[in-house]
Amino acid sequence: MTDRRTPSRARIAPKPALRRFQQARWDEKLIFELGSPGERGVLPPLPDPAVTAAVGSPADRLPAALRRTAAPALPELGQQQVLRHYLRLSQENLGADLNVDVGQGTCTMKYSPKVNDTFVRDRRIAALHPAQDPSTVQGVLELAYRLEQLLKEISGMDRVSLQPGAGSAAIWTNVSVIRAHHAARGEAGQRDEIITTAFSHPSNAACAKTAGYRVITLHPDADGYPDFEALRAAVGPRTAALLITNPEDTGIYNPRIAEFVELVHRAGGLCAYDQANANGILGITRAREAGFDLCHFNLHKTFSTPHACGGPAAGACGVTAELAPHLPRPTVEFDGERYRLDDGGPESVGKIRPYLGVVPNLVRAYAWIMSLGADGLREAAETAVLNNNYLLALVRRIHGVSVPYAEGRPRVEQVRYSWQRLSEDTGLHSEELGYRAADFGTHYWTSHHPYVVPEPMTLEPTESYSRADLDEYAAILAEVAREAYEEPETVRTAPHRSTVHRIRHEPLDDPAVWAVSWRAYRRKVLGEQP
Amino acid sequence: MTPPLIEPARIGLVVNPVAGLGGRVGLKGSDGADVQRQARALGARAAAPARAELTIRQLRALAGDVDILTAAGPMGADSAGPTARVVHRPAGEPTGEPTTAADTRAAVRAVVAAGARLLLFCGGDGTARDVLAALGPEPAVPVLGIPAGVKMHSAVFAVHPRAAAEVAAAWARGTGVRLTAAEVVDRDEAALRAGRVGARLYGRLTVPVLPARVQQRKTGSSGPAPAALDGIAAELAERIGPGGLFVLGPGTTTHGVAAALGAPDTALTGVDVLRLRRDGTARVELRDARADQLLALPTTPWIALSPIGGQGFLLGRGNQQLSPELLRAAGPERLLVLATEAKLAALAGRPLLLDTGDPALDDALSGHVRVITGRRATAVYRVTC
Repeated sequence: MTDRRTPSRARIAPKPALRRFQQARWDEKLIFELGSPGERGVLPPLPDPAVTAAVGSPADRLPAALRRTAAPALPELGQQQVLRHYLRLSQENLGADLNVDVGQGTCTMKYSPKVNDTFVRDRRIAALHPAQDPSTVQGVLELAYRLEQLLKEISGMDRVSLQPGAGSAAIWTNVSVIRAHHAARGEAGQRDEIITTAFSHPSNAACAKTAGYRVITLHPDADGYPDFEALRAAVGPRTAALLITNPEDTGIYNPRIAEFVELVHRAGGLCAYDQANANGILGITRAREAGFDLCHFNLHKTFSTPHACGGPAAGACGVTAELAPHLPRPTVEFDGERYRLDDGGPESVGKIRPYLGVVPNLVRAYAWIMSLGADGLREAAETAVLNNNYLLALVRRIHGVSVPYAEGRPRVEQVRYSWQRLSEDTGLHSEELGYRAADFGTHYWTSHHPYVVPEPMTLEPTESYSRADLDEYAAILAEVAREAYEEPETVRTAPHRSTVHRIRHEPLDDPAVWAVSWRAYRRKVLGEQP
Repeated sequence: MTPPLIEPARIGLVVNPVAGLGGRVGLKGSDGADVQRQARALGARAAAPARAELTIRQLRALAGDVDILTAAGPMGADSAGPTARVVHRPAGEPTGEPTTAADTRAAVRAVVAAGARLLLFCGGDGTARDVLAALGPEPAVPVLGIPAGVKMHSAVFAVHPRAAAEVAAAWARGTGVRLTAAEVVDRDEAALRAGRVGARLYGRLTVPVLPARVQQRKTGSSGPAPAALDGIAAELAERIGPGGLFVLGPGTTTHGVAAALGAPDTALTGVDVLRLRRDGTARVELRDARADQLLALPTTPWIALSPIGGQGFLLGRGNQQLSPELLRAAGPERLLVLATEAKLAALAGRPLLLDTGDPALDDALSGHVRVITGRRATAVYRVTC
């Protein structure tokens, strides 16, 4: 009877508090294993026979040594098959536009406004060629010039290069400028050490090493700050530079940063501020005021351009006037009427990558900054910090979580939590909790090696997420923690409703097993002889 | 006569007088009568009574009036001074027979039965196991170890004798001390034979803790990543230079570094002497060396060693062959500390620790040390005593 009177209310269950996420699992083959010989997506017409007769084959114009003798072994597929393949793969991901992506702490997964992509696709940007004469691309040069002025204001630096293709390329630029500076003063041989910290991004140490420097890492003191006494012990006449983040990956701001900089300066070294993620301090504090000589931003972290699964990204490297002659070439100059490219002098470090930089991302970052304005940038930072401390208040209530270091003090834009207590109680690891979170439609990653904070989890909500998003995320973590204590097998065998993905770590560390290309996959995984 | 308003803290003391015998002479422990005889034959002297005495003297200086309950002779009374109350006499005491594990267990039971509210024991992992056996799975009193053994992988030990006094004094005052369950572990002989340094868990004791004054349990090691060790080995070889003579401390890290230098036959738990060849490889000149042999080397060697994983002890735990005399001769500039970044990270910010047995040397070596973590890579890390 009741059913007949209100049929819809009787049959529709309300949505659960936590979503019962069910991800696709396609068991999709690799694209190299799909298709068949001769299958094509596009069949371009042959050139007019008269044209061929007049100029011959374009391949004939290439030197013989550059011409292939056999066609490349590329996959052969129709358009629909290609589209379907990548749509299926996309359904097996938890992308930044799909989930509450606060679990990729240190990555700053803020929303990338889609409207900015329309500017990038505009033919006035998309149809440009990087080798065009500057007189024909005044618009994009103006955009690069204006973006440099904005980033100079945001950092306090005197010049900014937009050429680096990503964050690590920007760090490489910093290290190159540091080397050029000491070389110009005749101290390149003497200054062979670069100092960094355990909670700074590992690309700092990696770039310094690649450039031939000896790397000295400072470990945190008991409060989680870089150990100032350790810096005192490390610094000396061999010091080329200090590469440091602030706040570090713990989300703790180092209030003694100016003293760090001063100590290194007194020894004749330079100081580079890794501001890849400046999300908690935009409009609040600047590299210049802390005394730094160089700094860099990742436009995909702080300035909203997409992370794009490893690129192409864009970095911006800012320096003081003293170091400006060492910046990569070309720089964009403006005489009040026209914009031009300047190749700089002999002290330039040369090219970090060709041309201006990754122009589409310069466009997006410029659009984002202009849409917010100066007050908006500061508000973005304040909202990111507020979001982070709101989430901190929720997460620290969960049994088994701790917040190492600087007890009781608020954090800036992220927090590195520890599940050590839960791990000791249940035998489960942080990584396994992250897997289980995938069953509720989100995740977190634990790529924070080496684990100075045991059983780590770094959450960074940015300004993009709503209070409801953060409530949901914290509720998922609380549920997973409850399961860890009450039904640990559920967590141990997770994910249950996600694609597959329990990661075996050994192959990732073993060059004999890892396969990052189809050729390597055939040899190492399928066991085929080359 | 009115009784005092506050009774003095009643603290038990049990010393294992044979603990630590094997260390300086290169034996891997002092458990069992055979090993102890062998150690004495090699000229070893027991360090435990003197270390216990250091703790008690310091404790009295810090806490004033304490009521010490102990066993007779070298099992406590010799270290605790004339004001201590002897509540137990070991069976062999009048004849001077060496004490046994059974003596330790009996003394622990007697001291606790006589009313001790905190038990200090002096020894190593073997002694800790005896204390655990005597007190049973639900110990009625908190326990703190004064470190004097060769192996001290358990988390029940103070970092050195003076620290034991600090913790006990704070406990007596009732300030700042937190009680926590701590693991008693000992070397896993089966794992050792399989080439891994591991520890086996025997049980838990309740331990009073002041932060940084009680050592952490050693983490087992299935071996660091080979690539990291290759880098450390290359850096080590560059520092030492061709023809250089170096002493290599025990452990998985140093063993792996030696293997990377083409010398896979070093002793996993002993101290070896190696020489670097012109081609950058090394050969073992003296395997499992004793302290006196190390002092008799023809030239002053470099000393390369790695802290105990998870626990941070650099000197004074499992490598007592590296005597204060040798360390003074080599000087800090010839002391090369090796650890992977992951091993340092596992210390969770706790400093590296020293307990060479020579407080002045410990002080001189304290501060910050450059730890070799890879090729052209070091970490500046705090070291303290």
